[in-house]
Amino acid sequence: MTGSTDVEDERMLSAGRIRRGVGLLVARVRGGDFGSLPVIVGLVIIWTIFQSLNPVFLSSKNLVNLTMQCAAVGTIALGVVLVLLVGEIDLSVGSVSGLAAAILAVTLVELRWNLVLAIAAGLVAGLLVGLLYGFLYTKFGLPSFVITLAGLLGFLGLQLRVLGDTGSINLPYDSWIVQFAQRMFLPAWASYVAVAISAAGYGWFLLRRSRRRLAANLDSQSLSEIGVRTGGLAVFLALVAWYLNLSRGVGVMFLFFLVLVVAMNIALTRTRWGRSVYAVGGSEEAARRAGIRVRRIYYSVFALCSMFAALGGILAAAWLGAANQSSGGGDTNLNAIAAAVIGGTSLFGGRGSAYSALLGIIVIQSVSSGLTLLNLDASVRFMVTGVVLALAVIVDALSRKTRAATGRA
Amino acid sequence: MKPPQPPRRTRERVLTMTGIGKHFGAVKALTDVDFWVNEGEVVALVGDNGAGKSTLVKVLAGVHPPDAGTIEFDGEVVEIGSPADAQDLGIATVFQDLALCDNLDVVANLWLGREMLDGRFLDEVEMEQRTWTLLRELSARLPSVRTPVSTLSGGQRQTVAIARSLIGDPRVVILDEPTAALGVAQTAEVLNLIETLRERGHGVILISHNMADVLAVADRVVVLRLGRNNGVYNVVDVTSETLIAAITGAMDHSHLPQTKPPLAKPGAKAPSAQEPSAPPDNVIDLPPKGARRPRRKGDA
Repeated sequence: MTGSTDVEDERMLSAGRIRRGVGLLVARVRGGDFGSLPVIVGLVIIWTIFQSLNPVFLSSKNLVNLTMQCAAVGTIALGVVLVLLVGEIDLSVGSVSGLAAAILAVTLVELRWNLVLAIAAGLVAGLLVGLLYGFLYTKFGLPSFVITLAGLLGFLGLQLRVLGDTGSINLPYDSWIVQFAQRMFLPAWASYVAVAISAAGYGWFLLRRSRRRLAANLDSQSLSEIGVRTGGLAVFLALVAWYLNLSRGVGVMFLFFLVLVVAMNIALTRTRWGRSVYAVGGSEEAARRAGIRVRRIYYSVFALCSMFAALGGILAAAWLGAANQSSGGGDTNLNAIAAAVIGGTSLFGGRGSAYSALLGIIVIQSVSSGLTLLNLDASVRFMVTGVVLALAVIVDALSRKTRAATGRA
Repeated sequence: MKPPQPPRRTRERVLTMTGIGKHFGAVKALTDVDFWVNEGEVVALVGDNGAGKSTLVKVLAGVHPPDAGTIEFDGEVVEIGSPADAQDLGIATVFQDLALCDNLDVVANLWLGREMLDGRFLDEVEMEQRTWTLLRELSARLPSVRTPVSTLSGGQRQTVAIARSLIGDPRVVILDEPTAALGVAQTAEVLNLIETLRERGHGVILISHNMADVLAVADRVVVLRLGRNNGVYNVVDVTSETLIAAITGAMDHSHLPQTKPPLAKPGAKAPSAQEPSAPPDNVIDLPPKGARRPRRKGDA
């Protein structure tokens, strides 16, 4: 028996697409699906305030510094995004990053290992930590909160043990990793080439998808829309590159971080693994019944998170030129977790994207940099960062409540 | 005895369960239960709470292996030891809680765990196209396949869950209380969907407490009471009063010899559902047969 098919045929909706697109956006925000909107609005506000208080803030020199400060903690935040997506948390990313920094320094300087081996040792340490968390979580069902709180202490202790009596080890300034983090900047032409490659890759992706959807008789983006989007991205990136090039330019370490974010975004949105991560975060039971190997997903997520933490620790050590007892201590933990949440990844699992690590860390470092420029010390910085984090969590909770109120939770 | 409803097509027996028994500790959940499904047939499984409906369905879905009895699928004796076994055989189950991921869109939910790939990456275009095709075949009403499932109504979510169960083209679809907690219009929508499943040739097992729904879509009603068969009825011959009497035990058939399904042979025409022999006069006065409401034909 075939009733009338009143499935809305998406091919009939092509008229007035822009108006419809805006309408959809408004409807989504009203429904509690804020996406990246709050963080972008927040960033604009923060930049405006600091720029009005100190005109140096938005100078290209300061922004170059900002980008370089973002890379290490941003990399850690990228891992935190992953665990948050499955609805768990890792409170030990700071300690693990410090441990990796210590391992890098000790193996490189004291044991005189090859640099690649030393980096690999740090990353493997992160991998092992993550696998341990995955084991404890899936085997005993301990809350990740408790597991990683134990890890926070335990690996801080291990970090101190690895560093030994000296407590602080300087990395050789001429080693490649330190140069990479401190001194390597893209020449201006190379930055524009990178912009062109990114825009071309994006345009090619849109074009290919549009062609395939057209062939499959599905709603597809028009050529002009693709052109506008690609052009917009190219202009935006070129402007950023140009402005940074007024000073030292685009740091290779920052570019490396950007590549990680984009790669992780592709892995999350375009692979079966990524789909499974979102599914586990949305409903673990549903994911299990759909045949997803839920345990493996937890293992992979914890392992990746700790590896990103280790990588971030290595970058931080290289940026600092040393590993010491306070590597990964202080506000590293808070900043990494706060960045993920501020960037729009939900604490409740299943919602968020890799880009929230990028957006969130830019907010955090902007606050930090702006307050430093105003000669305000750490006490104020901590308090302001705390307030920003609280605001971000309020936005997250509001979004969740609004979704519930509009029947979307 | 009235002639059974003429079959719309040659219906082949898909699934036969004979003498199924299952106990949990000292509790006998199922005792010597017989059950069968033909293709293109909607069998309603009714009974009071604790009658063993869910246990029987879980045996089929591979959640609980049975302690006794045999299960034949397409004429061959099979063992269903795990949910994966059930899926491989072509038995799909839509549980009452639907098990959807609210944060994912319709396409993602439909293909979850079975995503199509284009090289290393998800083939969203192919999945979306097939989703539309399937939804159109089911005459399903959804605003968009790219909206998160959390934005859909209860009936639409049920539709998504049922559509998902059809992805592997199963022979038998089990629906556990699909209309519980749904409004009138949404219930009608789901009942239409069940009829579409029958048209497509799936054997449908419908668990429901709602006699109106059962009489509206089912071809045959199997009553369980206290873990035993308590009657098999052709829907054309039965009233909701009779069913309720059988469910509550006001009319006890469990002491009568149950109508055993003949052993299914591949390709053999399935027998029409048999009405149990008329109950003894001293059991209960049957309501007049003509009292049953006319069969609904998708009057949504």
